[in-house]
Amino acid sequence: MTMRILAKLAASVTAVALLAGACGSDDPVVGTGDCDTVDSASLQLQWVTQAQFAGYYAAVDQGIYDKYCLDVTILEGGVDIVPQQQLASGAVDFAVSWVPKALVSREEGADIVNVAQVFQRSGTLQVSWADSGINGPADLAGKVVGNWGWGNEFELLAGAHQAGLDPSSDFELVGQSFDMLALLTGEIDAAQAMIYNEYAQVLEAVNPDTGSLYTEDDLSVIDWNDEGTAMLQDAIWADGARLANEDYQDLTTRFVAGSLEGWAYCRDNGGKCVDIVLDNGSALGASHQAWQMNEINGLIWPSSDGVGMMDGGLWAQTVDVATSQPILSAAPDAGAYTTEYAEAALKILNGRGMDTTGKNWQRVSVTLNPGGE
Amino acid sequence: MAGRNRAVRVVVTVVVTICLLVAIWEGYKWFGQQTNDLVPGTGIELPVSTDDLTMPHALDIVGELAGDVRDGRSTLPMTLYLLKKAWFTLQEAAIGFTLGLVIGLALAVVMLRWRVVERGLLPWVNVSQTVPLIALAPIVVTWGRQQDLPDLFSISLIATYLTFFPVAVSALRGLKSPDAAHVELMRSYAASWGTTLVKLRLPAARAFLFPALKVAATLSVVGAIVGEISIGTKTGLGRAILEFAQRYAVFPERLYAAVIGSAVLGLAVFGLVNLAERWLEGRKRGVVT
Repeated sequence: MTMRILAKLAASVTAVALLAGACGSDDPVVGTGDCDTVDSASLQLQWVTQAQFAGYYAAVDQGIYDKYCLDVTILEGGVDIVPQQQLASGAVDFAVSWVPKALVSREEGADIVNVAQVFQRSGTLQVSWADSGINGPADLAGKVVGNWGWGNEFELLAGAHQAGLDPSSDFELVGQSFDMLALLTGEIDAAQAMIYNEYAQVLEAVNPDTGSLYTEDDLSVIDWNDEGTAMLQDAIWADGARLANEDYQDLTTRFVAGSLEGWAYCRDNGGKCVDIVLDNGSALGASHQAWQMNEINGLIWPSSDGVGMMDGGLWAQTVDVATSQPILSAAPDAGAYTTEYAEAALKILNGRGMDTTGKNWQRVSVTLNPGGE
Repeated sequence: MAGRNRAVRVVVTVVVTICLLVAIWEGYKWFGQQTNDLVPGTGIELPVSTDDLTMPHALDIVGELAGDVRDGRSTLPMTLYLLKKAWFTLQEAAIGFTLGLVIGLALAVVMLRWRVVERGLLPWVNVSQTVPLIALAPIVVTWGRQQDLPDLFSISLIATYLTFFPVAVSALRGLKSPDAAHVELMRSYAASWGTTLVKLRLPAARAFLFPALKVAATLSVVGAIVGEISIGTKTGLGRAILEFAQRYAVFPERLYAAVIGSAVLGLAVFGLVNLAERWLEGRKRGVVT
């Protein structure tokens, strides 16, 4: 008697389980590759393929976006392409852009929303020779200070201002090209450099005095993260108007989740991600890309609130710097960023047992070769 | 026999020209090195400094062309690398040239047919060439992407923009070039406007058109390269130039190598139009005799 009841019970449990399983295939679980349809999405980068964008390339290469039922096209940047404008015009679905530049576009009327703050730190440095006596922003007084302009100088100007310097009279601000020639030839005393790009270019150059490459000991670095004037950089931006649409909301959640998973992959497989970047057509050197991958990981990890989440303090600092300079006329409204999609993405990733904070991530040591080869 | 003679003459001319250019380059460089980049006896600086970064030795540039360069995870001989990139750029240039040819010819015919169109349109055709390409590129690519067109096509459109102009202007002049007597003769035959166009005006325009086409062909390569740099592509000579320019401080020879590659591509398409002209001339002669 009890046996038959148990058997019936087992049968009905099985039936329920099967039913649930059947339902599951009708209503796919996000991130498992169980797709009824595949949606295409395009992403506009700020520049050509390099390890700065490795997470997105890895998500394509490793089939991570596939798992989110996405077919992602990555569009490289060109000299005249402004990612947030491509996004605002509807030419692409998502864009990677620095926060202050995107906020300027937003203030000018571009309806774009920060949906994932990928880089948690600024990668901008002011680099001088160790013997120049420039150890902090205050030491820039009376020096020739290089910068790229086009919105790349805000952290420098705010840092100098904070140190009590007037950028228009206390030092000579000069335009600088995207190579480190001017520092190497001594034309400028302190050059602007991204820690993952131009800084490495100096370390790939031969010191004529020693016949070997320059080392980090030869250089003195002002890091705006330490000076308190750093501004948030690479973030994923979405189209604000389209976010009212449920399909696009769903697309955004999946795109953010896939991208963040790609970044987690590059944290754990840095070498493989360098190969992926090289395979996607970079003529830049392998050791340069390895350096860049390591430093980019350092800008992302650790992400204490989870990768892609906005650090409210740094957002406020970015806005403060931007409004204290003639960058933004007013602080952006609350709709300029949302953590809704990053939270949804983290729920998916955490649910799969992934490490989304990278608190144990360790910098590796990269040996740069001459010319970054 | 005569053909062979001419080929020898062309080869000799090319070799002598290259030698002369190299001699001027190296001579200027040597001179500058002796005088510390100053005009002798004065404090006036030479227009271009002669250090190895600004003016690498010609031999180093040739060496770069003969050497290897990174292409993804592997390396490739520089010449092969440039050929690969040039093939992509050539496709964009070809689309741009073809579209420019069609649009230019169509504009010329329309302006010929209706004087009012000529008066209204010709100034705008001229003005079009004063719009800087960097202003045009974002407009074209944004429009193209909204139409779901590949970026390659947007880049071709920039090449088109440069090529239609010489075609339209020269074709119009060419179509108007037949003597009044010839046009009147056609009229006396009761030939329609269309027949006059095909039998008289188009053949007459050929002499004006081919010089314009040679200009347009090289412009299409320039347009494609500029488009690649402005809009951004995965490959192409423009992309190669962009990447090498970024690394100029370390490998100045590479940028020169890429520029030489672009120049060779420009010369190649120029040569193609030349061949096409010869072939057409030959056919014409065949018809006459």
